Amino acid sequence: MKIGVLAFQGAVREHIDMLLKLGVLPIPVRKREDLKGISGLILPGGESTTIGKLLMDSGLKYDIIEMARDGLPIWGTCAGMILLAKHIVNQDYTYLDLMDIWVRRNAYGSQIDSFIKRVPVSPISNSPLELTFIRAPYVEKVGENVEVILELDGKIVAVREGKLLATAFHPELTEDLSFHKYFLELIKN
Amino acid sequence: MDRFDFDSDRYKLNRGLAEMLKGGVIMDVTTPEQAIIAESAGAVAVMALERVPADIRRYGGVARMSDPKIIKRIKEAVSIPVMAKCRIGHFVEAQILEAIGVDFIDESEVLTPADEFCHIDKRKFKVPFVCGARNLGEALRRIAEGASMIRTKGEAGTGNVVEAVRHIRTIMGEIRRLQNMPEEELIIAAKEMGAPYELVLYVAKHGRLPVVNFAAGGIATPADAALVMQLGCDGVFVGSGIFKSENPEKRAKAIVMAVAYYNDPYVLAEVSEDLGEPMPGIEIEKLEEHYAERGW
Repeated sequence: MKIGVLAFQGAVREHIDMLLKLGVLPIPVRKREDLKGISGLILPGGESTTIGKLLMDSGLKYDIIEMARDGLPIWGTCAGMILLAKHIVNQDYTYLDLMDIWVRRNAYGSQIDSFIKRVPVSPISNSPLELTFIRAPYVEKVGENVEVILELDGKIVAVREGKLLATAFHPELTEDLSFHKYFLELIKN
Repeated sequence: MDRFDFDSDRYKLNRGLAEMLKGGVIMDVTTPEQAIIAESAGAVAVMALERVPADIRRYGGVARMSDPKIIKRIKEAVSIPVMAKCRIGHFVEAQILEAIGVDFIDESEVLTPADEFCHIDKRKFKVPFVCGARNLGEALRRIAEGASMIRTKGEAGTGNVVEAVRHIRTIMGEIRRLQNMPEEELIIAAKEMGAPYELVLYVAKHGRLPVVNFAAGGIATPADAALVMQLGCDGVFVGSGIFKSENPEKRAKAIVMAVAYYNDPYVLAEVSEDLGEPMPGIEIEKLEEHYAERGW
């Protein structure tokens, strides 16, 4: 199975290493032809303004939107969550417009406010998972078809809408493969 | 904190922020207007300064931390991370920068050093630091002091990439040398480089630094940026190269594209076209002062 990782910028290597550990073939995606034959796509953490601009300039934006509408599973981590959102509350434009979520960018403040929490995430793991929030967004509100996977201190930080998954934190920066396994299950079912 | 704690949450978060900048371009800016141009061109972060390095060279005198007001105005203007420079060893300038909430501090040889023996003990801060290095020993000493990110020193403000290339080749070469060493020789390598043994072991095992490694100092064109990426850097700092050129907006966009597509000569050719004059360059032999020699 081939899984695309949007490879303009950010935590690309980390996602690729984790996919290799799970025995699937990661495909770094920079051009339209890289999207051919992938069964899922990961939008990594990084800077959403940079990745969003390159999505536009490369022409990948509309291909990804079309593939998502045809059922391609997509998982966005941190910046990837912002790229997926239909609503960004503190910005007047959006990117892929795919998930019915209201996202706040840099919602926790600057880098000194970044933090790590260890909590179980019920459908994914019963033991505590390390959740790394780096200048992270969170979700203020969700549409009716969106399932909230995790709320932390009253803020929504992981959501799923059909085959689309978004996490405000970075499972790719930890040693734990649970979220990547969960995404692969989502692709298979 | 009394010893190097590689696995502390704070150090993980700070290395993590640097990981998120990989494959990106960090641009020097001196005004909120320039910061907005940098952000919309696709910069992953900006370095807020009173003067770019080319002007620091021109004006001479003691170069210090920028006025906090300038940094705060730039911070208000953009949503990407904002970095700022303090002098080598000047931990009070670093405390001030942390207090105003910058996202990253560059303990930089471009400013006049405040201490000729010690760098800042960066483990005492919550905010992450990036430091310059010319070789592996210097890089590992800075990491031992708590740096979350390394950049080559290059020779800032020259528009000449030759020193950055020298420093990247040196660091990459020394990493490859460690990888090929029998284990019993690693302690001698640590001694010779003046670097902590644990970090030497890490590099020998993983074939890279434990933090990201950017290129800096003299990058002026999209081709320069792609060159340092192909040599193995994780990303690029562009100082004077953008806002000292004829068309900063176009050049900024071109350098962002060049870093994202550093392995694709067709894209590089396309973005290199019609950029106007680059910043004027200086030959290294003609320099009165070599900033790269600052730092210990």
